[in-house]
Amino acid sequence: MAQSKVHYSKKTRKLVMKETVSAYLFMLPFLIFFLGFVVYPMFMCVYTSFFDATMGDRADIFVGFANYKELFQDQVFIKAFWNTLVIVVVSVPVTCIFSLWVANCISKMNVAATSTFRCIFYLPVVTGSVAVTMVWKWMFNNYYGIFNYVGQTTGMIDRPINWLGDPRYALGCIILILLTTSVGQPIVLYVSALDNVDKSLVEAAEVDGATSLQAFWRIKWPQMMPTTLYILVITTINSFQCFALIQLLTSGGPDNSTMTIMYYIYHNAFKLYRYGYGNAMGVILALIIAALSAVQMKLGQEKN
Amino acid sequence: MKEKKSLFYYLSCILIGLVALLFTFTLYWIITGSFKTRPEIMSATPVWFPSEWVMSNYEKLMSSRSAPLFSIFGIQGPNGPAALRWLINTVFMAVASMILTCITSSMAGYALAKKRFAGRGLVFTLIVCAMALPKQVILVPLVRLMAGLNLYDNIWSVIFPIVGWPFGVFLLKQFSEGVPGEMIEAARIDGAGEIKTFVEVVLPMIKPGIGALAIFTFINSWNDYFMQLIMLTTSENLTISLGIATMQAENSTDFGLLMAGSALAAVPIIAIFLVFQKYFTKGITMGAVKG
Repeated sequence: MAQSKVHYSKKTRKLVMKETVSAYLFMLPFLIFFLGFVVYPMFMCVYTSFFDATMGDRADIFVGFANYKELFQDQVFIKAFWNTLVIVVVSVPVTCIFSLWVANCISKMNVAATSTFRCIFYLPVVTGSVAVTMVWKWMFNNYYGIFNYVGQTTGMIDRPINWLGDPRYALGCIILILLTTSVGQPIVLYVSALDNVDKSLVEAAEVDGATSLQAFWRIKWPQMMPTTLYILVITTINSFQCFALIQLLTSGGPDNSTMTIMYYIYHNAFKLYRYGYGNAMGVILALIIAALSAVQMKLGQEKN
Repeated sequence: MKEKKSLFYYLSCILIGLVALLFTFTLYWIITGSFKTRPEIMSATPVWFPSEWVMSNYEKLMSSRSAPLFSIFGIQGPNGPAALRWLINTVFMAVASMILTCITSSMAGYALAKKRFAGRGLVFTLIVCAMALPKQVILVPLVRLMAGLNLYDNIWSVIFPIVGWPFGVFLLKQFSEGVPGEMIEAARIDGAGEIKTFVEVVLPMIKPGIGALAIFTFINSWNDYFMQLIMLTTSENLTISLGIATMQAENSTDFGLLMAGSALAAVPIIAIFLVFQKYFTKGITMGAVKG
């Protein structure tokens, strides 16, 4: 008996071993790229943030928490932090509510109309940030932009506004463009979530005399909670990372009014070549996003 | 089933129609703008429809600088306009990212879904954590890494990090979970080896997932501007988006030229999106389930 048991477990162990080896062989190509170009840079980001690192052959100098200390005294960083916060606080709720409204509406249309609208709202994402930014730059231009023309002819503004060059408007314009590029994915997700809602429940509710608003809040909304959660997380991450718009339109100006954390990282790392300082900001940014995602997840789980 | 349609619904439809019009207008403005004459572009009163369609913006775009059209493994193509070279670079980059991502992700996704092995939990946790973090934070260290590998200012420096991004594994793991374990076992009993089982049983069943991932990777890598910006510097090595962006630094108000460049960057990818839209939508929604 005992002998056969040992024999059995040996065979099992051999099988497990074989399974493990083959699993890792299947994962090997991916793991090389993943560990080398994603995980390793993540660790390097944290590691380098404790150094005074720059371009060229000069060795990095260990500075402890000096980069972080400087960060919290850097007025531009603090400004960038608040601007980023404004972008997130405005764009995340607007994106979510707008896409839910659009998805709810277009999902009631016929199939062709639904897919046409879904496609149109996704277009700016596909068009790419550079092309989108170029056309908005033209539309916002204070001499030949259509916004000034339309505003003046309709009497909403009495003289041309330098939209992107005026600290009062620049951030608002950035947020507007960001919104056009961020509603595409949530709309696609919401349309498919609405499709998956249990139709018999909705029907039953309507037979019982529920209005479409009631049917929406009581039946569809709770079933779509996981989708909403996912959308909240991705929209938050996207808003934090808003970069191309700023780099191409304002470079953080005028007067740092559109400076965001992401652009400031780029500015420090690739314009001033302060890699350590840029990485310290990256770490802080990652911590903020991780904390926010965790809070959103937690809230979502409690509601369920 | 017929749902009741309220006044709110009809009002919403009109409003949504108007917003959709604005969305399509930006694209319309890029395309018509690229064919307008300079006075029409610079007019304070917008010219809603070009009175004559001219090619001068495209001619200027194509006459800008010249570069060998391609340069692969040391073989250089004939000289041509820099803008064309940028387009070729972009297509190469997007196709290479797509192929590599599909191969590595389908293999890893299958292993994670169907095999039980030591360290599985750890690998999966790493993948989920990496996906939740902002991609941009790793870009600064990546530049130094690429410089160390002698890949800086090389198109592969943009491709490798895209392939390493774990979204594809996550997506194809979901699809692989749908493959019945009995089918895999049956193949093994019939004497098929690991690779044969994977290629002949698993791959055909996760084809829709691979299609979705392919189109998703293609479009996202085409538009991944930040990574291209920090990795590529020499004019010959730029992608089309980056090329247009550098052009605007030099001709910041020549909107005709910029619109021609934008059209060149956007129209091919929009066409691809429209053709493969169905797969693409599937990729977005499947990646989100249980996400």
